[in-house]
Amino acid sequence: MSELLKVDKIKTEFQTEKGPVTSVDEVSFDLNEGETICLVGESGCGKSVTSLSIMHLLDRNGSVTQGSILFDGKDIAHAKEAEMRKIRGNDISMIFQEPMTSLNPVLTIGDQLTEGIKLHMKLSKNEARNYAIEMLKKVGIPRAEGIIDEYPHKLSGGMRQRVMIAMALSCRPKLLIADEPTTALDVTIQAQILKLMKNLREDSNTAIILITHDLGVVAEMADKVAVMYAGQVVEETDVYTLFDNPKHPYTLGLMKSIPHITNPDDMRLNSIPGSVPSVHNMPKGCRFYDRCPHAMKRCLEEKPELKPIEDKQAHSIRCFLYEKEEQEYETKHAEKEVSS
Amino acid sequence: MFQYIIRRILIAIPVLFGVTVLNFFIINLAPGNPVDMMVNPSATPEQLAATKHALGLDQPVWVQYWNWITQLFHGNLGFSYSTREPVTQILLAHVGPTVMLMGVSLVVGYLIAIPLGILCARKQNSWIDYLVTGFSFFGISVPHFFLGLGVIYVFASKLLLFPTGSMNTLGGDGGLMDTINHLILPVLVLATGIGGNMVRYVRSSMLDVLGKDYLRTAKAKGLSQFIITNKHALRNSLIPIITVIGIDIPMLIGGAIVTEQVFQWPGLGLLTIQSITSRDYSTLMAINLLAAVTVLVANLLTDILYAVADPRIRYD
Repeated sequence: MSELLKVDKIKTEFQTEKGPVTSVDEVSFDLNEGETICLVGESGCGKSVTSLSIMHLLDRNGSVTQGSILFDGKDIAHAKEAEMRKIRGNDISMIFQEPMTSLNPVLTIGDQLTEGIKLHMKLSKNEARNYAIEMLKKVGIPRAEGIIDEYPHKLSGGMRQRVMIAMALSCRPKLLIADEPTTALDVTIQAQILKLMKNLREDSNTAIILITHDLGVVAEMADKVAVMYAGQVVEETDVYTLFDNPKHPYTLGLMKSIPHITNPDDMRLNSIPGSVPSVHNMPKGCRFYDRCPHAMKRCLEEKPELKPIEDKQAHSIRCFLYEKEEQEYETKHAEKEVSS
Repeated sequence: MFQYIIRRILIAIPVLFGVTVLNFFIINLAPGNPVDMMVNPSATPEQLAATKHALGLDQPVWVQYWNWITQLFHGNLGFSYSTREPVTQILLAHVGPTVMLMGVSLVVGYLIAIPLGILCARKQNSWIDYLVTGFSFFGISVPHFFLGLGVIYVFASKLLLFPTGSMNTLGGDGGLMDTINHLILPVLVLATGIGGNMVRYVRSSMLDVLGKDYLRTAKAKGLSQFIITNKHALRNSLIPIITVIGIDIPMLIGGAIVTEQVFQWPGLGLLTIQSITSRDYSTLMAINLLAAVTVLVANLLTDILYAVADPRIRYD
């Protein structure tokens, strides 16, 4: 498995009337071909902005100001719009959260579906139409030959999300970014859509960045997980390690706040006290300081870095509590490098 | 859809009937009557009474109305009180110039305004946006008579580039170029107003659409900005644009009364003013009726076009 995407310490800023606002800061993760990474975190922590940064789909006032995004060996963080147009929909495609508003209401499903196919695969009108019908069948849409000429308002939310998936996967992208694809759907449809995405992933070896705040979806789908808090990745590891051995106080807090079916009826769920700091007023040190049960004096002053520790799988944490483990890992790997 | 159109046409009949009733009685409420305007000031009261009797003007208003409407159903719009010509003939002579003037003005106004409106929305709050919205504000707020006199003063009277009015050079041999030459100034005045109004609707409607999720989807497909704007966004902002066109179209027939007067354009607008001053009720009634029919037809067309532009709108 070769490396497909390497996001390295990107910083995304928005120019506002009150001055520049940093929405995503030092976000790093990497992804191999066919792998699925989940970006998890609460609303406003920068998950969507991270994915929109990769696609260059930010609003006009937002841009990546630092860091690099290596896709297929090329840095696309500052790629020109014309280059991005060749990548979008072709190498990287995206599914959005709201299937009800993500399709153009005045164009037919077929029209919207074949646009990308004609553009990137250079098929003729007829070939594109037949291919689109095939794609619709693949995502489980009944009567695909009829549906292709319908307008989006005739379809339910789940059906529209299937159309979005067909659209996103039609040009066989290397990377699919799914921004909370199931949040707006009810639970049974959620399960169907996730199953569909899994099958398609197996068929075409597409890597997936799945954005969610649902740890159930993470357990179902992910190979790797990056937990985000206030615009930063605070912990990154594979999915088993995350659930078996979560380290960062924020991740631990999230785990405790999941309801379990075995919990007694009268048990109150844990919650993390406090709220996320505002983007206009980010603390100098650790961003989780205010809400962390283990906060120390130095957390207020110093900024923790995302550093790897020794575990069964690769596991990085942004917290001073694990400084000792991080140092051990560093010295051990430094020795290894010297000896090799 | 077909049933809907039939229903709309059937509803239009009583509406038109109401329009004629209101028209007839309101016109008859106005002081004075055609006879005062057409006879010699030295005529005796007996002569006046005889003329009134001959024209049927001594009968009660509702009898006059009855006579008028029964003649209307025979396709007869009556004779002009002032020129004694058949009203149908007068109307036909004036419809052409008005349709030409208004048609050209609408097309010119839209061709300039729609792209500018899209541009403004795309470059919201840039200098070009401020410039265009500023001009459109000017176009909407300047009265036509004032702008008309202004352009006549500058372009016709001082720079001698264009004629001051009318449709053809007096004593000239007419011809297309001559007409176009006469057309430019009134079109300039009318298109300024029409375009200024349209720019604002296109701009706000596009702004509304440009933030929509499905445009992000379109961009995520790798489409060019040109296709995103002109196919995906424009089609979604057509409803307000169609509404404005539907309101503008009756002007094709109703004419721009003030502008035609200022430029002495021989269209329905000028005819309206002449008919009012000469108390030519039969011509005035016919113009009003024609305007009412146009409004109803334009409204129906607007509703049909809504359904064409937006598949979510269905009339069944």
